[in-house]
Amino acid sequence: MTNDECKKVVLDIIADIAPDEDLSNVKPDIRLRDQLQLDSMDFLDIVMELRKRHSIEVPEADYMQLASLDSCAAYLVPKFNALAAKG
Amino acid sequence: MNTASHYDVAIIGAGMSGLAAGIRLAHFGKRVCIFERHNAVGGLNSFYSIAGRKFDVGLHAMTNFVRPGVKGTPLTKLLRQLRIDRAEFALCEQKQSRIAFGPRGENSLRFTNDFSVLEAEVAARFPAQANGFRALTAAVRTFDDVSLDAAPISAREVVRRHIGDPLLEDMLFCPLMYYGSATEHDMEFGQFAIMFKALFLEGFARPFDGVRVVLRVLLEKYRAAGGERRMKCGVKKITAHAGKATALVLDSGEEITADHIISSIGAPETESLLSEQSKIEHPKSKIPLGRLSFVETISILNCQPAALGWGSDTIVFFNDSPRFDYARPSAPVDPRSGVICIPNNFDFGANRTLSDGIVRVTCLANYDQWAHLSEEEYRAAKARWFAEVQRSARRFLPPLPSDDALSRATVTTDMFTPRTITKFTGHFNGAIYGAPQKIRDGRTPLANLYLCGTDQGFLGIVGAMLSGISMANYHILQKG
Repeated sequence: MTNDECKKVVLDIIADIAPDEDLSNVKPDIRLRDQLQLDSMDFLDIVMELRKRHSIEVPEADYMQLASLDSCAAYLVPKFNALAAKG
Repeated sequence: MNTASHYDVAIIGAGMSGLAAGIRLAHFGKRVCIFERHNAVGGLNSFYSIAGRKFDVGLHAMTNFVRPGVKGTPLTKLLRQLRIDRAEFALCEQKQSRIAFGPRGENSLRFTNDFSVLEAEVAARFPAQANGFRALTAAVRTFDDVSLDAAPISAREVVRRHIGDPLLEDMLFCPLMYYGSATEHDMEFGQFAIMFKALFLEGFARPFDGVRVVLRVLLEKYRAAGGERRMKCGVKKITAHAGKATALVLDSGEEITADHIISSIGAPETESLLSEQSKIEHPKSKIPLGRLSFVETISILNCQPAALGWGSDTIVFFNDSPRFDYARPSAPVDPRSGVICIPNNFDFGANRTLSDGIVRVTCLANYDQWAHLSEEEYRAAKARWFAEVQRSARRFLPPLPSDDALSRATVTTDMFTPRTITKFTGHFNGAIYGAPQKIRDGRTPLANLYLCGTDQGFLGIVGAMLSGISMANYHILQKG
């Protein structure tokens, strides 16, 4: 999986969780929280949708790795690839 | 283990909170079943039919209304968490509501979904209190009301720091208490803040078809997520071993097992399921029971209320006495104060009106005075108090064109009493708002049994749904 594919996975999840947010111009290097109105309930949902849709586990201690799209990709791509290698 | 009767999560009660918890859990792959004693969903917020006519109970208005684009409020959180598009509720806003105090309602504060209207009314009628009201509003805005472990403080005490006029103090408390307080005379400040935001800073709306729209949306989401539901299937006992709930015993005697149980039926009511002698008539509970119950009269009219001159007010909170006394009355009903709801007076859009005119009036009532009447006495009491409640409420609405205009326009009436509430919701004492002590973290003496709904303490129907969501998240989903 590429970084861009991973960012799309995350954006697709946010689009379903927060359909009232405009995602057309999300900057990858800026914290999601600083450009979208996402609270801790929404971040929990991102984690849970990752588990539900992609079987990716994000332990609570790693939640801050999901701060921006760039950090999401850096953290999640190895997990997606490890899963694909196993599969 | 018999997998047919084993669930990841069993939920007791198909009210707003139980359904919301169920949607969250089913959406994330938990095997969930909701057990409901009645044949209708909704619990405290439901509807029924008599002679083909549908009557709403509970919901006067959905509180917490914010317009599209406003984010971070309870309504938005709820829609996101349950994956509901706000168009599904199709909420219509109130026209205006009033707080009317004094024997003829001569002290009046209007409010709408635009908070500046209430601010201007306070400034005009209580000029010396305008700064204090602004400071109180600021204190409410900054209060962290979703914290699950906040220490309780008296709302009267906090409000008196800012508001020096007892009339204004009572006028502010009246709507907030009527729409959610389980405690007499005072509220916990956290609850006050939740209600202040829900009613004044946010506002009132309803779907055109009322509460059944909300329930239909919830049921559809729950079903689509794969949740199961068993109606006419009450839980009579929870068995426990070594600090954990082990099984639910249904009214039929059937046993169900579950890893987690969420109970929406109230704290003392849940506690009573843990003991042998659970009887609605003689509840034995270590948890103090709620003392506040209500009657509500419903009049169906053959015209729009506007034709009687009652076309502007959506909700009127009234009180005729020098002080507002939010307490269990010693008489069956206390008609001195109450709430009038005219559902026709939401803004449904051009040329769209409810087919019937509807006027509902809610007053405080004493459960014990209603509980033990014979059928005949009960009918007589209903007739007597219906007239008293209506007489009282009329003082706070514009004068009618003629004295018998209302009775001539009335097609049919109905009335619920504390007895009705206990019969249909199982709440001890007919206590709509549950026990006075709220258990914010939802914990019970059993490690895998949690409360949601009324006794967890998020108020109003949006609060009820958020309660189910929060408890499902906090106790089950966050733990993996």
